[in-house]
Amino acid sequence: MWNDLTLEAFCNLETVETWSSDLEFFRNTNIDFLGKKWYFLAFSLIFSVAGVLSMLFWHGIPLGVDFRGGTLVYVKYSHTPDVAAVHADIDRAGLRNARVQRYGPAGNNELLIQLDIQETSEQALDRGKTQIVQALEGRAGGNGDKKDLNNSSSKTLTEYLLEKDPLHLGTDANPRYTVIAQSIVDNRDKVKSGVLGSIDELNGVVDRAVVASLKDDFFASDFGIRNVEIVGPQVGQQLRKQAMLATLYSLAGMLVYLALRFEWIYGVAAVLTVFHDTLITVGAFSLLNREISLTVIAAILTLIGYSNNDTIVVFDRIRENIKLRRRERLADIVNKSINQTLSRTILTAGLTFLTVLALFLFGGEVLRGFSLALVIGIVIGTYSSIAIAAPILVAYQEWRTARGQKPIAMPVRTGTQPKEKVKA
Amino acid sequence: MNKNLTWKWGVIAGTLVFFVFGIFGIPKDWSGKGLLASVAERIHLGLDLRGGTHLILQVQVNDAVNVDSDNAIARLREDMRTHKITYVEITKPDPANHPETVVVKGVPPEQSSDFKNLVTDRLPDYSPSSGAENSWTVSMKSANLADLKNRAVTQAIETIRNRIDALGVSEPVIQEHGLGAYQILVQLPGVDDPARVKEIMQSTAMLEIKQSLGGPYSSEQSALQEHNGILPPDSVLMPGRSIGSTRENETGENWYLISRAAAVTGRDLRTAEASRDENGQPAVRFILTGDGGRKFYSFTSAHVGDNLAVVLDNKVQEVAVIKEAIRDTGIINGRFTEQQVQDLAMTLRSGALPAGIKYLEERTVGPSLGADSIKSGVNAAVFGMLAVLVFMLVYYRWAGVNADVALILNLVILLGFMGFFGAVLTLPGIAGVILTVGMGVDSNVLIFERIREELRNGKTPPSAVEQGFSHAWITIVDTHVTTIVSAAILFIFGTGPVKGFATTLVFGLLANLFTAVFVSRVIFDWVLSRKQRGEALSI
Repeated sequence: MWNDLTLEAFCNLETVETWSSDLEFFRNTNIDFLGKKWYFLAFSLIFSVAGVLSMLFWHGIPLGVDFRGGTLVYVKYSHTPDVAAVHADIDRAGLRNARVQRYGPAGNNELLIQLDIQETSEQALDRGKTQIVQALEGRAGGNGDKKDLNNSSSKTLTEYLLEKDPLHLGTDANPRYTVIAQSIVDNRDKVKSGVLGSIDELNGVVDRAVVASLKDDFFASDFGIRNVEIVGPQVGQQLRKQAMLATLYSLAGMLVYLALRFEWIYGVAAVLTVFHDTLITVGAFSLLNREISLTVIAAILTLIGYSNNDTIVVFDRIRENIKLRRRERLADIVNKSINQTLSRTILTAGLTFLTVLALFLFGGEVLRGFSLALVIGIVIGTYSSIAIAAPILVAYQEWRTARGQKPIAMPVRTGTQPKEKVKA
Repeated sequence: MNKNLTWKWGVIAGTLVFFVFGIFGIPKDWSGKGLLASVAERIHLGLDLRGGTHLILQVQVNDAVNVDSDNAIARLREDMRTHKITYVEITKPDPANHPETVVVKGVPPEQSSDFKNLVTDRLPDYSPSSGAENSWTVSMKSANLADLKNRAVTQAIETIRNRIDALGVSEPVIQEHGLGAYQILVQLPGVDDPARVKEIMQSTAMLEIKQSLGGPYSSEQSALQEHNGILPPDSVLMPGRSIGSTRENETGENWYLISRAAAVTGRDLRTAEASRDENGQPAVRFILTGDGGRKFYSFTSAHVGDNLAVVLDNKVQEVAVIKEAIRDTGIINGRFTEQQVQDLAMTLRSGALPAGIKYLEERTVGPSLGADSIKSGVNAAVFGMLAVLVFMLVYYRWAGVNADVALILNLVILLGFMGFFGAVLTLPGIAGVILTVGMGVDSNVLIFERIREELRNGKTPPSAVEQGFSHAWITIVDTHVTTIVSAAILFIFGTGPVKGFATTLVFGLLANLFTAVFVSRVIFDWVLSRKQRGEALSI
């Protein structure tokens, strides 16, 4: 459907008298967008219906731990972890329904261990986590006598060093040992990414006497706990409700604002469009079986605001053109407006997309869901402001005309457009 | 350069200086490290970046209500006796869900007005209503009930803050979590093993010294049998178990018959400290206040030879014979470790929690993840920004420089805002900064495209710039409002990291209105003022 776009229009290299530029996309396009509304409708329907079907019959809505409750323990290993063996250990510890899976790129050596809400009661919220850590330590050679250096806080180390006093410091021991403990922890967490292979790796980081003393009562396991998330059932339920409310309030806010600034049908068209975007984004998460976490909801709320931007740009132009071309058909005006704003629609969305893509590629595993929602949402949001929002306006007007009513009074509000004030 | 432009440059320079001050403050040391340190002092890193523990806990406010209604029942019994009003029984039908409701059964009809007057007179927080078969329901008034529950939360926050301060956690956040019922949000930066802190926070540390009326019994049943199934009035059975005991060493729980009324409670404590008992075992020594001492003295002098029980959180810690009247010091022992004694003394000093607490959510971010998150956040920010800056230069040439300058100023203002407000930068917050770049540059694109369009229609550069800005302005305001509305809703509903995202996005877009419209326009006007009439505009 894009063959109306000639290469010439795509990339215009000619220089104009009062204006010099080497590069311009989408100049003087004249694409009949409204004529393709059935293609657009089919495209949107396919994606929405696929998403809805997946939500209903396949993956459901894959809720993250924030919403469904449960225990998540992220474990980083110093070597490639053996998923089956870890699973067997946790199974033996009595946690029958645990899920163990690799997390992030393979080179990260990270595992995600999940317990569902049945094993996460509010009476003993962190019991599951404690059992997991014990099971893992048992595997790593911990027998309960020695503490695991890879999972000790700097406070624990400071207290230990103060008690043993390997450097025979006497009076100013506390500040010195605090610094030493911190440098051990910093070396482990910032240089070695959270796991020390052995206690000997600390030689050169801290005094040998300290290392020797640590060896008496510590051992180095092959893992470090990176992150723990435990959400009880009450909070999960609460967050579900809040995410729902926040999304609805956001949509309502858009509706009210756009209805005030334009006409009510513009507000309705914009909100339907954004709803379409949200549905497809959530549907994509269901199809990909990616979990919807709190940050994904944050991304969706942002999209509700941002997807409207392109729609507003087009609507603004429609409003402007309606004043200038009162005799033309609305469909023609809408088509013309979309074409006139096409280059800025693509550019603005493209630039935001660039930053979101950077986030997706470099932002790390924690933000992956968030940036994925933005990547999908921005593409869909841009598409829909052209393919969904404007056709709704035209369809509404045709429906009114068909019922023998006058075409809708398109906004001819003056004052919002300062054009009159400008001296040409 | 005309005058008009001069004051505008002044405004821009002033803004720049103001917000750079917002970011750095006045650094003590102008080296790279010193600057970084002063930034860190003004813009705080969130838990997800620096590591730490995030907890949501709920105050079991019904505990506090139960205490209040128990007292009400005790007072009612006493007063009905003195006023010679008869009754069959006083109960709380549903202490778990409706702890504020007390039912008095069998008040003779001829005494009902006396009873009603008694309640209104002596229990002003409660209101009586008569029911079927001479029974009365005495319930706490809803305003008082709400007030009591809120006070329990405030008091719990206060107590928890005292305890966390005593543990030496730096920059903790302890506040009411407005999104849930009676919930408290606790954030402990740098604490990546929260087990001990949680235990200390959770212990209600309700200390009571009461009279022991009998025991030990080997079980609850045998204690009941001993009294033929009916306990003496105003006494209860309590298990005797010290928090320090290892259960393996005990053959079973001991039970004691303990008086309901306490001689002294934790409120009468002046101080408590770790100490040792006469056998050299770790123990907590406490000193009572002047008032508490007098109460304790009169109690112990009246009960020489009787047994005294130290009750902590409804568990009997120890029972001892009162050998002589005691004035103001005492000792609590019971197979504690050194650490437990320290913690117990500290919790006793910090005051009792008015009600139990329950943990609802716990998130711990280890420092290694925080460090990695900072790295990837900064990477994404650098690549995202570079991509946008380079694209604008290539696509709009000199006007691209204009946009890039505006964009960088936009970031300076955003960070300055955060510095002034002491805002917290989280990982999603960094994403918010990156998105601000992507969305902020949209304003420039809208303006530039409009200028190009006007030029194409044959307008002169100055007029095209004028038209471009005035037409795009409305659109920019509309697009910003919609995004800010949804970010604001996010701010209201979100917590922690998500809130950080909403904050940066809102600040960033507000700053963008200034930079993309005002600053960019000034630069255009300046460029135009230096050009000959009819000279082309690089856009």
